[in-house]
Formats: sequence, C-alpha cells, structure tokens
Amino acid sequence: MSTEVAAGIAYWLRRLGGAVTGAVGQLGYASRFLLAVLWHTPDAFRRIHLTLREIYFAGVLSLVVILMSGLFVGMVLSLQGYETLKRYGADEQLGYVVALALVRELGPVIAGLLFASRAGSAITAEIGLMKTTEQLAAMEMMAVDPVARVVAPRFWGGVISMPLLAALFSAFGIFGGYIVGVRLIGIDSGAFWGQMHAGVDFWPDVTNGIIKSFAFGAAVSLIAVFEGYDAKPTAEGVASATTRTVVVSSLAILALDFVLTVFMFRGAKLV
Amino acid sequence: MNRSTIDLWVGIFVAIGFGAILFLALKVGNLLTLDRAPGYHLEASFDNIGGLKLRAPVKAAGVVVGRVEAVRLDPKAYDAVVTMRVDRDYQFSKDTIAAINTSGLLGEVYIGLDAGGDPTMLKDGDRINKTQSAVVIEKLISQFLFEKASETGNAGGAAQAPPKSSGKAVEGAKK
Repeated sequence: MSTEVAAGIAYWLRRLGGAVTGAVGQLGYASRFLLAVLWHTPDAFRRIHLTLREIYFAGVLSLVVILMSGLFVGMVLSLQGYETLKRYGADEQLGYVVALALVRELGPVIAGLLFASRAGSAITAEIGLMKTTEQLAAMEMMAVDPVARVVAPRFWGGVISMPLLAALFSAFGIFGGYIVGVRLIGIDSGAFWGQMHAGVDFWPDVTNGIIKSFAFGAAVSLIAVFEGYDAKPTAEGVASATTRTVVVSSLAILALDFVLTVFMFRGAKLV
Repeated sequence: MNRSTIDLWVGIFVAIGFGAILFLALKVGNLLTLDRAPGYHLEASFDNIGGLKLRAPVKAAGVVVGRVEAVRLDPKAYDAVVTMRVDRDYQFSKDTIAAINTSGLLGEVYIGLDAGGDPTMLKDGDRINKTQSAVVIEKLISQFLFEKASETGNAGGAAQAPPKSSGKAVEGAKK
C-alpha cells in the first residue's frame, strides 16, 4: 500500500520535473532561435522582395480588419465616454478622452491582438506546413538556411507592419469617435479637436504607443515563427501550434502591455 | 502574385501608415505647436501652487501664451518656484501679476498673467514679483467656518454684555 503511494508521488514528481525542465528547455530554444533570426536580419533586407512579400501578407491583407475594428472601437468609446462625461458637464473633453485611450492603450493592444489572430496564425500555419511537407528539410539539403530564407523575412515583415497597423487603428478610431461625437451626438467640432490637440502630447503619449506597438509586433512575430518552426510535423501538430500562437501571443501582448505601461509611468515626470 | 503589384501595395500600405503616424503627431498630438515656437523664460514664486502641473497653459486674458516648464521648491523660502516659457510674440510689463487659476470647478489649473502699466518689459529669465497663489478650497471652507464661529461667539458675548464678566459668560455659554 505504502509503496504504491510512494510510487504515485514519485510519478507525479517526475511529471512535474519533466514539465519544468521541458519549459526551461523550450525557453532556451526560443532564445537561441531569436538570436538566429536576428543574426540573419541582413539576409531579410538583402533580399528585400521576400520581406516585402511578408509585409504584403501580414500588413496589407490585415488592413481591412484593422481599419473596421478601429472605426467601431472609436465609435463605442465615443458613445460610452459621452455618457459618463455628460454627468460632469465635461462632454467637450470627449475628443481628448477618446484620443488618449486609443493612442496610449487600445490602439497598440487591440491591433496587436487582431494581428496575432489574423497574421500570426497564418505565419505559424505556413511555416508549420512547410515543415510537415519537408520543404524546410529540402532547403537545408540545397544549403539554403531556412531561417534566413523563410523565418527572418516573416519576422521582420511582422515587426515592420505592426506599428503602421496600430497607428492606422488609432487614426481610424479617432475618426470613428469624431463621427459619433460630432456628427451624431452634436459636440462642437472645434472643442472636440481642440481639447484633443491641447491634451495629447506627441512625447510621451504618441511615442509610447509607437514603442508599445513595436514591442507587440516583435513579440507576436517571434512567437508565430517559433511555433511554426517548432511544430510537430503532422496535421495535428500544425493545428495545435497555430492555436498556441494565438493564445500565447495574446497573453504576451497583455502582459507586455502591463510591464511597458509601468515603465512608462515611472519614466514620466509626475509633478 | 506579381512582384511589382506586391511592391505597389506595400508602398501604399507604408505610405498610409506613415500618414497615420503623422496625423497622430500633428493633428491629435501637439508636436510643433508652441513648444517649438521661440519663447523666453519667466519665473514666479508662489506660496502654494495647488494642482498646477508641468506643461499647464499660461494664459493672458484667456489666450494661451505659454506653458509651465518646471516646478521646484525653493529650499530656503519654502516657496514653489514655477518656470514658464512664454511665446516671444507676447511681451509683458514688469508689474504683471501672475495668478494660479482654475477654469471651472473641475477644470484644468493654469497660470493667468494680468499685465500692468509699467513701460519696461520682462526679459528672459526675469522673475514676476507679484503673484497670487492657488485657492485651496479646504482652507476657504475652514476660514469661513471659523469666521462664522467667531461671529456667533461674539454675538453671544455681546448679549451677555458686561465686559468684566466676559470669561464667565463664555463659561456659561459652554454650559
């Protein structure tokens, strides 16, 4: 009896230890992979048409979903913000509230989440399928490094696309806020733009948003290419890798957002 | 897809992306407004700056003429010393009064400049001597309450009339 219990405990301890060493090993592999991708950065820009193609797939094809979401998020923000601000007679501050929320937080975060599910999953599926159909192995046979040829352009395509998409999201969100606030509710157009202009600073508000979107772009792209490259070469493996990309990069965006915001608030002079 | 078509689309994407960043910088944010305009610095010390923040506007007759650049505490006099940058187009006389005002009950705190009649103008680095500190609502209320209390106290004292026994009268009032 007692030997059975001891064996059970030993089994679970082994499982726990295996999970921990597996996770740490995965982290090491991911770091090594990141270094390899960064090492091959010159390749991605020497053969620029490969990176341009990835910007097309990750950025241009995400435009519609990003712009539409931005528009609707801005419209909702405007509607909800108006309801609250009206109580304090501060409804003229609406433009300022909408712009600050979009530029500092919602623009980078929601654009990042959409980018992860729209472009990140596609990158993982593509690389995973290349691995499954042994295209990556074939490249290695031909002395073409798949990290330089396949991975680095996709990584940099994502890193370049993401800040532009986030900026477009914010801009369209503000436009959506303008439509609801000024056209539908009837706030004075001058007050809407004037309060926004006076309240939002390029430094640090807009630049912080751009820094955030760069960080999210790098995180999502790295997770996407890594999961694809690391996928089990089966149909099931590619499916679970794609799911993992969306889940892990969404969590990474939200956690990174918190960490970056803490640093940015500490960096700002609070007087 | 054709390589040149991809180039075209990526070009359009990058162009409108940078257009959005430019829109955020110039139209939404206030890059290139007032901050970059050439200005000169003025200092003013206040007993209490209330809720004045960095980059708060400096207004004259309601028109924004500058921004607060720095706030520090004078270690000897324990006054708040505010450094503000004022647009070079606007000159103020030596006897200008700087006051810390609030727009509305919940509005932003700003510095109001009230120009005087002195013919000599303030120069870069000068100090505004006449200042009026922020109004602290709590102090106002407590002042008002104390005044009310002393008034009723006086009234009670007056009713008890004879000045010799005023101490007794107060005691009586307490009972």
